[in-house]
Amino acid sequence: MKALMFGWEFPPHILGGLGTASYGLTKGMWQCGDMDITFVIPKPFGDEEKGFAHIIGASQTPVAWRDVSRDYVESRIGNVMDPDLYFRLRDHIYADFNYMRTNDLGCIEFSGRYPDNLLEEINNYSIVAGVIARTIDCDIIHSHDWLTYPAGIHAKQVTGKPLVIHVHATDYDRSRGNVNPTVFGIERDGMMHADHIITVSNLTRQTVIEKYGIDPAKVTTVHNAVIPLSRELLDVEVTKSKEKVVTFLGRITMQKGPEYFVEAAAKVLKLDHNVRFVMAGSGDMMDKMINLAAARGIADRFHFPGFQKGKQVYEMLKASDVYIMPSVSEPFGISPLEAMQMGVPSIISKQSGCAEILTNVIKTDYWDIDAMADAIHSIIAYPAMYKQLREDGIEEVNRITWDKAGRKVIDIYNRVLANY
Amino acid sequence: MKAICFYFQIHQPFRLKRYRFFDIGNDHYYYDDFANDDIITRIAHRSYIPAAQSLLRMIEETGGTFRCALSITGVALEQCEQYVPEFIDMLKKLAATGKVEFLAETYDHSLASLADPEEFEIQVKLHTEKIEELFGVKPKVFRNTELIYSDELAPQIAAMGFKGCITEGAKHILGWKSPNYVYAAASAPKLKLLLKNDKLSDDIALRFNNTAWNEYPLTADKYISWIADTPQEEQVFNLFMNLETFGEFQTADTGIFQFLEALPRFARERGVEFITPSEAVKTFKPVDVLSIVHPISWADEARDTSAWLGNLLQNEAFNKLYSVAERVRLSDNRQLKQDWGRLQASDHLFYMSTKHMSDGASHSMFSPYETPYQAFTNYMNVLADFIVRVEEQYPMSIENEELNSLLTTIRNQAREIETLNKEITTYRLNEEHLNEEHALRAPKEKEAAVAAEAKAKPARKACKPKAAKTEAPEEKPARKPRAKKAE
Repeated sequence: MKALMFGWEFPPHILGGLGTASYGLTKGMWQCGDMDITFVIPKPFGDEEKGFAHIIGASQTPVAWRDVSRDYVESRIGNVMDPDLYFRLRDHIYADFNYMRTNDLGCIEFSGRYPDNLLEEINNYSIVAGVIARTIDCDIIHSHDWLTYPAGIHAKQVTGKPLVIHVHATDYDRSRGNVNPTVFGIERDGMMHADHIITVSNLTRQTVIEKYGIDPAKVTTVHNAVIPLSRELLDVEVTKSKEKVVTFLGRITMQKGPEYFVEAAAKVLKLDHNVRFVMAGSGDMMDKMINLAAARGIADRFHFPGFQKGKQVYEMLKASDVYIMPSVSEPFGISPLEAMQMGVPSIISKQSGCAEILTNVIKTDYWDIDAMADAIHSIIAYPAMYKQLREDGIEEVNRITWDKAGRKVIDIYNRVLANY
Repeated sequence: MKAICFYFQIHQPFRLKRYRFFDIGNDHYYYDDFANDDIITRIAHRSYIPAAQSLLRMIEETGGTFRCALSITGVALEQCEQYVPEFIDMLKKLAATGKVEFLAETYDHSLASLADPEEFEIQVKLHTEKIEELFGVKPKVFRNTELIYSDELAPQIAAMGFKGCITEGAKHILGWKSPNYVYAAASAPKLKLLLKNDKLSDDIALRFNNTAWNEYPLTADKYISWIADTPQEEQVFNLFMNLETFGEFQTADTGIFQFLEALPRFARERGVEFITPSEAVKTFKPVDVLSIVHPISWADEARDTSAWLGNLLQNEAFNKLYSVAERVRLSDNRQLKQDWGRLQASDHLFYMSTKHMSDGASHSMFSPYETPYQAFTNYMNVLADFIVRVEEQYPMSIENEELNSLLTTIRNQAREIETLNKEITTYRLNEEHLNEEHALRAPKEKEAAVAAEAKAKPARKACKPKAAKTEAPEEKPARKPRAKKAE
């Protein structure tokens, strides 16, 4: 079966969980066999893993005809795209986009990030999608998250093939209810055009059904999974401090509930001074959190090391005794699974999608700082608690693999195609 | 002769309230009174009371040929006395028929037998006293918490004066042997063992309302015929189950009460008798000795102790709890001792099980907690507070043995002071007497004698109990603490 996927991020250049999830799922589907997947991203860097999917960069796809030689194309973008593909794509330009800002190859530039002109970039992405859909033969189209819904809809209209959209998050999660009407519009439009909707948790499924008014029959949950960590990362070396370390890792935004972590920390420190709390990450609520920690008088024990990248994340986890994710609304939340892989006992909010599939973690309500403080204390004070969570956690998380999720997605494809 | 030996278990733990770590050292009340009241009242009205009424009717209608045994933990009795005293009255009525035997067990439904022989003995004694006090009978047959039994326990059970012991008889424990005989313990041949007939017990307790079961619906007629049709030599059919089976696990609308009440009639038709455990161990000769090396129980698929001691959490909690056992025994603070007992209930450990599948389902069905981790955290917080209280009495910096001898010294000194005080009072009295006699020599002899007598009487009365105490021998330094059992 041939699938044409539209995504926004792809490892190793990722900004959030979306890239990791898209990558894992694609690879998991490929492992199930008999899948030919083309994965479109705005801007490839050439160091992406390629074995399991054909990666096409939107920023290498021409939308305006340029008379260029093969050698020139080879020298310009040979590291990310086969020149033959470039010429094939060039043959399928469907309108004159010379009025747009295009480069010497007739391509639109993409940042591949979340710039201020994000809406414009989303629109450009869907223009490019038209060219790709006309070039690449496929049975089904799959769009990852709202940024790529317009591209998916466009591809569906061009090819007449069914569209599956994958909801990794909704604007209700990001905004604690105060949705941006434009984003909501794009999301709902995608859902209405989709032949099937995949959500990453039942929590998100419920949001899609209730807030966007979608027919429940058309929404299926496929929980995310994790990619096994390499030996190198598992054995990453850190010097463990004598004190216990409790870590929060993620964007410091309203959605992640950082203030509850600070409050719980204050409760723990009142009775046990031998603990350090770390809030790693950056975000619009960081300054507020620094102030809050100071106001609670725990600034000497509460640390803000900033945004962590790549290997640093695993070093940070390895040095931790407890991982905490008090998200107010988390569609899935892959980070506790990574913490579990590193053998760190995790505390997660019941309002996280991953709480639906995890048993060897502590689950509390995000607002229940008493329960959270109690759980933190329990893990650091009672060695058996730490050990049991650690060992059973590793075992549990190793069973959550992407090929199982991939199998479910393929089954959904088959169902959609059978009814199309 | 074929006989059915029924025994019904009654137990409810004192469930703990939500106890956060910041309560440690501040709040010394641990129990969720509302939940405990709610649960025991509900179960008593749905199950215990109607079931006891059924048993009473069966005894009366059969003129006493129906008989059975009950085992009730001390903590369950305490809760019944507090919340459903009418059930205690029912039990007293059953006891008065003389056809219901009460078994002995640990007062607190504890796992003390696996950790601390001394504690085990204390609890069994406490339970026996409670049963005697309430029902006026002394238990003769022993039933350990959750039917836990092993060769190691048998000598101690026999030494406590029990003639028989009840335990599990699952197929994977007995192998080719049949549970329908009386056995003798390998390590204490005088102790007879009654083994639960797993299949027949579970037919009632688990499968009675299972419509997918090929024997559904189970009738008293059919059930008795299964027993009557067993080989001639098989003697005793031990049907052991929780009393909640009637009315709670199998709700009244399944017809469980009618089934129970119909049993004696069909049993009489087929010549099957009823027997109590103590009659069974008296009547039947053991056919063989039975050796059980590793502890068994009637819980979970494995029928071992893994329901309570199967993971790290449970073992940690268990070890922490019994690490203060000796200290608590040294204390005479009654509040502390009561909490000590209640915290030992095996249920708290049962809630911490991380088993999956059908075992896991049964653990979580009874658990007041959402997860085993929550159960552990809550229990450990309570235990931490309890240990703080124990330490307040006796600091941990002093070794147990040292503490022991210090305490003995203090007690001996107290006793000595008492004796000396006693002596002083006697001397004083003597002196008074002498003075009085002196005064009596005066002319108005008769009048004075009456007055002196009246004066002396209360004084003599007051010194009487003290006189009795002086005869008590001086307490010897306490025995060396017994080494804890491995495991």
